[in-house]
Amino acid sequence: MLQDAARLKITRDDDVVLVEFTHRKILDEANIAEIGDQLVALVENEHRPKVIISFAGVDHLSSAALGTLITVNNKVRNHDGQLRLCNIHPQIFEVFVITKLNKLFRIYPTIKEAKESFEPLNKQSVI
Amino acid sequence: MGRMRLEKTTTAHRCVGVSSASRRLWCRLEIPSDLNRVEEVEETILSQCQRYSFTDRDLFALKLAIDEAFANAVKHGNHCDRDKHVRIKYRVTARRADVVVEDEGPGFNPSNLPDPTLDQHIESTHGRGILLMRAFMNNVVFSPSGNSVTLTKFNDAPRNTIEHSIAFG
Repeated sequence: MLQDAARLKITRDDDVVLVEFTHRKILDEANIAEIGDQLVALVENEHRPKVIISFAGVDHLSSAALGTLITVNNKVRNHDGQLRLCNIHPQIFEVFVITKLNKLFRIYPTIKEAKESFEPLNKQSVI
Repeated sequence: MGRMRLEKTTTAHRCVGVSSASRRLWCRLEIPSDLNRVEEVEETILSQCQRYSFTDRDLFALKLAIDEAFANAVKHGNHCDRDKHVRIKYRVTARRADVVVEDEGPGFNPSNLPDPTLDQHIESTHGRGILLMRAFMNNVVFSPSGNSVTLTKFNDAPRNTIEHSIAFG
């Protein structure tokens, strides 16, 4: 398990929260539970959160990580928020396609495109 | 058949007691039920695959499948009981990698699992590991009792690359 305390890099730009991973193995099976707890706690503290999770530098993803992302997505929706994923390596994107989770999540090539995809607060309904 | 144990030293893991009567070497690992130990399993097996120039895509697939099989063995087979072990047997040749992952649990019937890609299960937070194993491996075979799974990945590297790695690797 990674011992580094700063596993997530979280930055804010206006009302958008950007989450980046600080280690390429951050989403391995052994680390995912703790990362999931941190992501859920982050969303819990937001009202109508607009969250972007960037996978830049991530080269591996377990099925447990997919489960955690679904939990985070549900939490965001429960808070009337929106979640976007971006910068996903083609091999990892294949994991989303095989599991058909590319239909559940809104995935964009870049942070910029993910940011531009957010709907205004007064118009948003689900994700 | 040879048995290989990973022993923890202060600086690294080392392999001792390797022996095999078979021409195509099978190696064995016995790892406590601890998810943190999967990395050393993957590094041990993938380093053998790299000797035979398995492609990056093959290595990604093998890492993913080993990760899922090991996690299933630890969590569902051995219920995270560190007194129980995950037994791994692997064989890597220029043509293919075979990895057998066995737990100490009673097993299960893999054909009884729901399809996680169906609309009614798409938001389930678990149940995708075997789907991914089957998608990324050439063969995935469970033992009759279900407490052991054999993963097979063929080497997709061009033949001349494989032969070069055998000659000079």
